[in-house]
Amino acid sequence: MIRFHLERSGVPTYLQLVQQVHQAVRLGVLKPGDQLPTVKEVVGTLTINPNTVLRAYKQLDIEGIVEGKRGVGTFVASDARPTPPDDDRKALRSALDRWLARARAAGLTDDEIATLFDDTIRPPAISRVA
Amino acid sequence: MSAISTDALGKRYGSTWALRDCTLEIPAGSVTALVGPNGAGKTTLLKLAVGLTRPSFGAVEVLGLAPREDERELMPKVGFVAQDHPLHMGFTVAETLKLGQRLNPSWNDDIARTRIEHLRLPLDRKVGKLSGGQQAQVALTLALAKQPEVLLLDEPVASLDPLARREFLNSVLEAVAEHAMTVVLSSHIVTDLERVCDHLVILSESRAQLVGSIDEIVASHRLLTGPLADASDVARVHDVIRASHTKRQTSLLVRANGHVYDAKWELHEVDLEDIVLAYLGYGVAEYELEEVVR
Repeated sequence: MIRFHLERSGVPTYLQLVQQVHQAVRLGVLKPGDQLPTVKEVVGTLTINPNTVLRAYKQLDIEGIVEGKRGVGTFVASDARPTPPDDDRKALRSALDRWLARARAAGLTDDEIATLFDDTIRPPAISRVA
Repeated sequence: MSAISTDALGKRYGSTWALRDCTLEIPAGSVTALVGPNGAGKTTLLKLAVGLTRPSFGAVEVLGLAPREDERELMPKVGFVAQDHPLHMGFTVAETLKLGQRLNPSWNDDIARTRIEHLRLPLDRKVGKLSGGQQAQVALTLALAKQPEVLLLDEPVASLDPLARREFLNSVLEAVAEHAMTVVLSSHIVTDLERVCDHLVILSESRAQLVGSIDEIVASHRLLTGPLADASDVARVHDVIRASHTKRQTSLLVRANGHVYDAKWELHEVDLEDIVLAYLGYGVAEYELEEVVR
């Protein structure tokens, strides 16, 4: 069983739940056949709208990560497996490490690096109000 | 389907409008927040929906029924917790439940007993000896044991400390998860509503300023910032909710009709609290706004 948590990050609540299940399956914390908390349990621990939980579980169902069994509960799908970090991912990670070392050597602070990254990854002229 | 619908609904006390020209639909199964400063008409709207007062103009329907004319059919389906959750302070918890059972034909005593047990409230304790949070929970228990299809809560958490507020909202949301029902809760506190509710009605100066799904509301509002400029270009296409200017900069909170695409403006997302405050800013004095924030 996993326990959900929420961050004030601007990421919609239902998406935070979806991502936490993804993460837990990836890390092997959730295994095929494991039950997700009931809607009532999630609602009772996080004080969130039941429709938000239903929406997250529906999305996970569509993605094939979980299977809803009517009247029983929501379970991790039998073919959901942790994904081992593949070679592409490793290569990208080490390239990013090298780039980070260069940025720090150039005198950028972590905040400045994060800002540069955000600016690059988002379309220009769109930013979030903190 | 709408759980509650109003059509040009108005209520006037003498020469004062408590609610004016209010037309809205509250979808069945939603958890809707009714937000606005004190005196905006929130309590009036709820009292009209539950038939405690008669409309001066227009009409209100709950579950397709008229609250006053169809009272006998409708009232068993509606739970209402009034502001400050009035209870008989001299009754014990057990006596309060007994009264609820006598007065409500649709009373489910299992629901009531299970809740009281779960909350660890002593049945022989006088209601007046309970904490504010516990009294609120007893009042909620009375409403939930009716097994209502529509639950109306007037400022349910305004007088509660943060922990009791959280526990109360949990109780409401768990009940919604377990038994499908429509919830309307009024509040002058905006914090946390984004998580708890999925629909929103903003009332200000006796009028409904904004009605809709919270997802759509957040998706359609943007803050534009740019060099000091005239906002009329933007206002031709989008609804400018609030404009503020410094000597160098103009900020516009807009409800966007389609894409905002203008190199002159920098575009920011805004959260629900900022949107609500912008709507309440309509002619509301600063000190009142501060109250809303608190």
